[in-house]
Amino acid sequence: MENVNKELKVSALENGTVLDHIPAENVYKALDILNLRGIDNQITIGINLNSKLYGRKGIIKIADRFFADDELNRLALIAPHATVNIIRNFKVVEKKQLSMPERIEGIARCMNPKCITNHQPVRTRFTVIDENGEISLLCHYCEKRSSIKSLF
Amino acid sequence: MKKSLISIQDFSKEEILHVLETAKEFEKNRTQNFLEGKVIACIFFEPSTRTRLSFETAVNRLGAKVIGFSDATNTSVSKGETLKDTIKMVSNYVDMIIMRHPLEGSSRYASEVSSVPVVNAGDGANQHPSQTLLDLYSIMQTQGRLDHLKINMVGDLKYGRTTHSLLQAMSHFNPEFVFTAPEELKMPVEYKDFLKDKGIRYTETTSLEEHLDDCDILYMTRVQQERFTDPMEYEKVKNVYRLEASMLDNVKQNMKILHPLPRVNEIDQDVDDTPYAYYFKQAENGLYVRMAIISYLLGYR
Repeated sequence: MENVNKELKVSALENGTVLDHIPAENVYKALDILNLRGIDNQITIGINLNSKLYGRKGIIKIADRFFADDELNRLALIAPHATVNIIRNFKVVEKKQLSMPERIEGIARCMNPKCITNHQPVRTRFTVIDENGEISLLCHYCEKRSSIKSLF
Repeated sequence: MKKSLISIQDFSKEEILHVLETAKEFEKNRTQNFLEGKVIACIFFEPSTRTRLSFETAVNRLGAKVIGFSDATNTSVSKGETLKDTIKMVSNYVDMIIMRHPLEGSSRYASEVSSVPVVNAGDGANQHPSQTLLDLYSIMQTQGRLDHLKINMVGDLKYGRTTHSLLQAMSHFNPEFVFTAPEELKMPVEYKDFLKDKGIRYTETTSLEEHLDDCDILYMTRVQQERFTDPMEYEKVKNVYRLEASMLDNVKQNMKILHPLPRVNEIDQDVDDTPYAYYFKQAENGLYVRMAIISYLLGYR
């Protein structure tokens, strides 16, 4: 609890969402997967912060923005252990754990160069396959598997 | 509610058996006319002789009329029209679309855009479900059953879509598989995992001789040059297996040799005259099975 308070002082987020424990190397991907590039909200980003649990971590704080669960769950694809803190009036009013989405639409590219989605304006659709923590994506169209690394 | 056939896994075991039973009816009497007045589009964005002629014959033998093209170069596709627009336009004219396209997933996409049923006649290296159903029909007709058979798949098991789809379809019927392939063309892990999940036994070998004598179905495939991106890899494996009549002395009496055709060197011509050769009859079966698929999807059987 003491730890959380210290962090909150740094950014002094009055209202908004804090995404914590993102793998440091996936912070930029996290911005993309949540469509945060180009929005007008104040965003504080920390990369390579020390974390007792994960070594180096990333953190993203977005002011005045609250996400729907299925939006947040996309983040599980690249940051399965991320935690979400909802801040209202400088206080953490809710903590959320992410759950892996079963299906995703429009946020990943198919790795198969012969897939229709790479040649025509088709919105991509995937089923998420979780094999003991190894995440891959099964294309709804060409039925091929893409590794999660093909995201963006 | 329109029903399309895009992937063999779109059909339940019951639907598969229903289509095979219907194909038996059409094999007994191949002149039907209950689709008179219907128009069916056969749109082939890449060349195919066997599949297109077989589908068009099936449509004609059911009494319907065919429109379409066998090559996209003289159509508005060459002007840059999207697949979506082509399908929207064609589906306004006809009662069903049968399509082949070089891109994988194109048929699934077309079925989502189309207002009429779509039959996938091959989408790149992905699916070709009418081939799978005619393979099943050929197995059923030669063995009298589909259950508890030992199936030896030979050749390109890595890129060959027919073996992948047949494996998925046969998984309903408690089979045992042998995968005969060179190291470079082995059955991909995801299909072996699929079998493990279902508790289906398989063995792998690089030797064609090893399991000739204990299988019920020998499913030969061609090593398809067009699926290789590396020409050196193709040269290494193109003539890896060659079946000759002299190798068949000790095979099971009920054993039949299937091949999706066209063959190149993998089956010697002297095999054609043995009682085990079934691949030409197998191609003929395609007509009855395609008649059955069309009748079923349009709600007539």
